[in-house]
Amino acid sequence: MKMLSRLLAPIALIAAVIASFAFLQLEASALFSQQGLGQMADYAAGFMTPDLSTAHLRAIGYGALETLAMSAIGTLLAALLGLLLALPAANRFGAVAQAVSRLLLNALRAIPELVWAALMVLAAGLGPNAGTLALALHTAGVLGRLFAEALENAPAAPTEALRLAGSGRITAFFYGTLPAIWPQLVAYILYRWENNIRMASVLGFVGAGGLGQMLYMSLSLFQEAQASTVILAMLLMVLAVDMLSSWARQRWVRA
Amino acid sequence: MLTPSLAQRDPAAFPRLLTLVLALALLWPGLSLSELDLSVLFDGSNAGTMAVFLSSFWPPEHSGEFLALLLQATLETLAIATAGMALALAVALPCALMATRALSISALTRGGRPAWWSWALRWPVRGLLIVLRSVPEIVWALLFVRAVGLGPTAGVLAIAITYAGMLGKVYAEIFESVDPLPARALLSAGASRLQAFFYGVLPQATSEMLSYSVYRWECAIRASVVMGFVGAGGLGQQMDLSMRMFAGGEVASMLLTFLLLVLLADLLSRLLRWRFA
Repeated sequence: MKMLSRLLAPIALIAAVIASFAFLQLEASALFSQQGLGQMADYAAGFMTPDLSTAHLRAIGYGALETLAMSAIGTLLAALLGLLLALPAANRFGAVAQAVSRLLLNALRAIPELVWAALMVLAAGLGPNAGTLALALHTAGVLGRLFAEALENAPAAPTEALRLAGSGRITAFFYGTLPAIWPQLVAYILYRWENNIRMASVLGFVGAGGLGQMLYMSLSLFQEAQASTVILAMLLMVLAVDMLSSWARQRWVRA
Repeated sequence: MLTPSLAQRDPAAFPRLLTLVLALALLWPGLSLSELDLSVLFDGSNAGTMAVFLSSFWPPEHSGEFLALLLQATLETLAIATAGMALALAVALPCALMATRALSISALTRGGRPAWWSWALRWPVRGLLIVLRSVPEIVWALLFVRAVGLGPTAGVLAIAITYAGMLGKVYAEIFESVDPLPARALLSAGASRLQAFFYGVLPQATSEMLSYSVYRWECAIRASVVMGFVGAGGLGQQMDLSMRMFAGGEVASMLLTFLLLVLLADLLSRLLRWRFA
């Protein structure tokens, strides 16, 4: 009996995998046949000669800057919106406001960036504006929740002291609460920015600007050489961000 | 005691103002590059279309025919994630074995540091894993959609490739993080690398590997929904279609299904991790 229950989970897993392949009707034989592999090889060969002409590189540079700008502005907007929503979510304005703002934050966070981007492209038209808004909306949900937790854990004594000494609510918040949690907020913002740089480079697939849109265009026009350069640029950007952030973490964050 | 005139002023005001101005100056070009324009959202005709679209979200579409389609798409999403993970595992395990330092024989006599030629053999595998996981999964999906056509095959391949890169790296690190003494003892007693792996490393690493793989499976479900937007099948592809047709009710029920799916996957993965870890 014990043997059976030990075996049950692995058997269920294997059955799930087999069922998945059966359901999708993956034609591995067609994919890995002589002809299929030949087609794939031809297609891949197009990517082996990246287009390194100056004009194209300049366009990519502009696309990369656009991607960076989208992620930075999107994260900044998200931080502002997140803080606005985090205040009620940390129970500063009563239980009703808390429930509503929590629901809103959860909804913002639950919908992936790319879905937001597709919605924003419908609402605000093609281009980086839609991407920036999409990043801002999703990230506001993520940051809002983190900010709310930070606010709840902030020490209450400095704020109370200021309030007792006669300062207003807003002044007490800015001089009593905010300094205590500021480093944490900045760390969260920078962490999300790092994520958003990666995300911003692919939002363009649904028309939201940046490097992704260039890649989508050149793939649609069957310009494999140009597409290959864009992919290389994305790869470089991701690796650079990774290295920079791990260096910054080692340098400034003491474990 | 502070004099009243001094206490009125914020002593840190000037540096703060300076930081703010500096940040603004740095972000200013970004503002024009990102073409940020919130007013577009509230612009007459745009806002009207959007309002109609959003108001059609309620009630979510729930006709029998649509629900059957939804079920089909949801199952497809689950199948893409599962099949992709299975393929990723098949690639990741051998790569992790090749990339890890834990099974190095030359390291035995050198205080845990492998010889230079064994580095030269491991680095290509590590580099391959880095490239596989650094290109975002949705880029792989887009490439495969062009190569093998629209549909779930592209999604499965994209997940398999990206997640092979991630799993391979993490597995290799897990192998290195467990207690190395059993594997070293086996290796120096003349066991083969695979024997040393199965009897010295794997027993210690299983629970961590399982818990990470289950977590990745959960991520794969989310990723497969998103990848549908470039035509890689599943729930995302249907969502993209409905959005283009401005069918608000359909989009609403699909978003709800997506949320439910993510919630269930989260529950299941927590259950599996609790059971095995």
